[in-house]
Amino acid sequence: MPRDTLTGSRIRERRTILGLKQADLARQAGISASYLNLIEHNRRRIGGKLLLDLAEILKVEPSMLTEGAEAALIASLREAASTTRGSTAELDRVDEFAGRFPGWARLLSEARGRIETLERSVETLSDRLAHDPQLAEALHEMLSTVTAIRSAASILNEPEAIDPEWQRRFHRNIHEDSARLAESSRSLVSYLEAEGKAASESGTPQEEVTALFEAEGYHFPDLEAGQLPEALAAELEEDLSDSARVLLRRALCTYAEDAAALPLPQVLAAVGEDGADPLALLRRFGCDPARAMRRLAALPGDAPCGPVGLAICDASGALTFRKPLPEFPIPRFGADCPLWPLFPALSRPMTVLSRRVQFAGRQGGAVRAFAVAQPAGMPQANRDPIFEAHMMFTPEGPARGGEETELVGVTCRICARAGCPARREPSLLGDAAERGA
Amino acid sequence: MSKHVLLIEDEPNIIEAISFILSRDGLAVETHSDGTTANEKLRGARPDLLILDVMLPGKSGYDILRELRADPATAALPVLMLTARGQTRDREMAEREGVSAFMSKPFANSEMLDTVRALLNGVPEEAPGKP
Repeated sequence: MPRDTLTGSRIRERRTILGLKQADLARQAGISASYLNLIEHNRRRIGGKLLLDLAEILKVEPSMLTEGAEAALIASLREAASTTRGSTAELDRVDEFAGRFPGWARLLSEARGRIETLERSVETLSDRLAHDPQLAEALHEMLSTVTAIRSAASILNEPEAIDPEWQRRFHRNIHEDSARLAESSRSLVSYLEAEGKAASESGTPQEEVTALFEAEGYHFPDLEAGQLPEALAAELEEDLSDSARVLLRRALCTYAEDAAALPLPQVLAAVGEDGADPLALLRRFGCDPARAMRRLAALPGDAPCGPVGLAICDASGALTFRKPLPEFPIPRFGADCPLWPLFPALSRPMTVLSRRVQFAGRQGGAVRAFAVAQPAGMPQANRDPIFEAHMMFTPEGPARGGEETELVGVTCRICARAGCPARREPSLLGDAAERGA
Repeated sequence: MSKHVLLIEDEPNIIEAISFILSRDGLAVETHSDGTTANEKLRGARPDLLILDVMLPGKSGYDILRELRADPATAALPVLMLTARGQTRDREMAEREGVSAFMSKPFANSEMLDTVRALLNGVPEEAPGKP
């Protein structure tokens, strides 16, 4: 991890806060003041008993000294600084900031997240203004009516005499059109009000469903027990927008079909022997690999194969389902890393890829990822299938002999991989940039 | 001989108002409301000017414009397009298809008359239909 060299700075920080002199701390820890000085300037690595001693004297958890504030918090602070044009935030001291003012740092990061959500809502709303056919239709109708009224009214308003027959006609037209205008503006207002409710802060309908799945632990015991997905959807959908309800029903129907094809007790027995291996599962049940992956990711939290993450994307690369793991975070917004096996799978349809994957710049935390792209839905005559890719992943220990580990990122901005062939934009992590990534 | 204007528009009350102001100005106005048969109507009517709405049932004004520009008989016909959306995008699309003037709804009657007169006198509109 590129940032773990700051243990010394954190020790110095903590000592200053406590008002301890360097010499005093050194004496209590049983080392020389000059050695402590080297440590505090990050010029000596420290670990083991000395670290534990210093932590005890400084009255902090040793991990606070070695890890500082959480990596995620720091990443989000970097993101906040970089996405703000003309920001003068001291990026090189972000660790220090997060360590010294964890409350403020979290507040900043949460505020940043909220801004992102709101930006999304604004984007969705302006997209709607530009592309919503119903809205366009309503506005067109109103403008046409206004045009007719305006023309007729100005004809009547002219000083020249108008034939009484024509006069009557234009009066009647204005009367009719104004009634139409009243009606169309009323319906426009009620349409906009309904839409305003739908575009709630929860972001996209996809987000709402993802949040619901997360809250349920991605496992639905009622569906496993044979409850109808429509019935469960009706119980769960109360707080969802209309669009999200449609997506929820679809997701629960798929879940129920998967559960019916691969009953839970048998799957649990299988993973007890094989671990989370979708290929082993499909050999036992004769299902397709995508179903095997979905099924593994839907097991209860205490399943013998350990946690299983899942990402599903459509052929445009847009994620339609996400179940992240701590080892494999999936950003809510923005572009993902094209090196995730999920995306290469799309260019090798029907081939099950198996890769060892690790996030660049992290120590440990590798995963085994399986990915496959296969047609979504039934084949139709003379129609190209619409592909969909699934990627399932589980934490994995040290590499087996000779296998290469693919270094991937969450998204380019916060990725440490140097010399990446797939890089879209420079990384904010100074180290990677220095290395000419 | 009075000049002949063909108005293709589907909104009856707009048709009535435009017909009235143009006829009063001494023009012969003929109207048509269906997009699909607009080009046939045009070939039969042989007007001096076409006023064309963008949103028509059956076929869009842009498609009608493209077809009439491709036909040597009507390639040089002055065309005034009407749209309820004055967006730059619509204007650009109309200009690409070779529109002579562009006007967004709602327009003033005097604006309509001025533009029609200018087009009939062969004066190219400088800024088609002020926003």
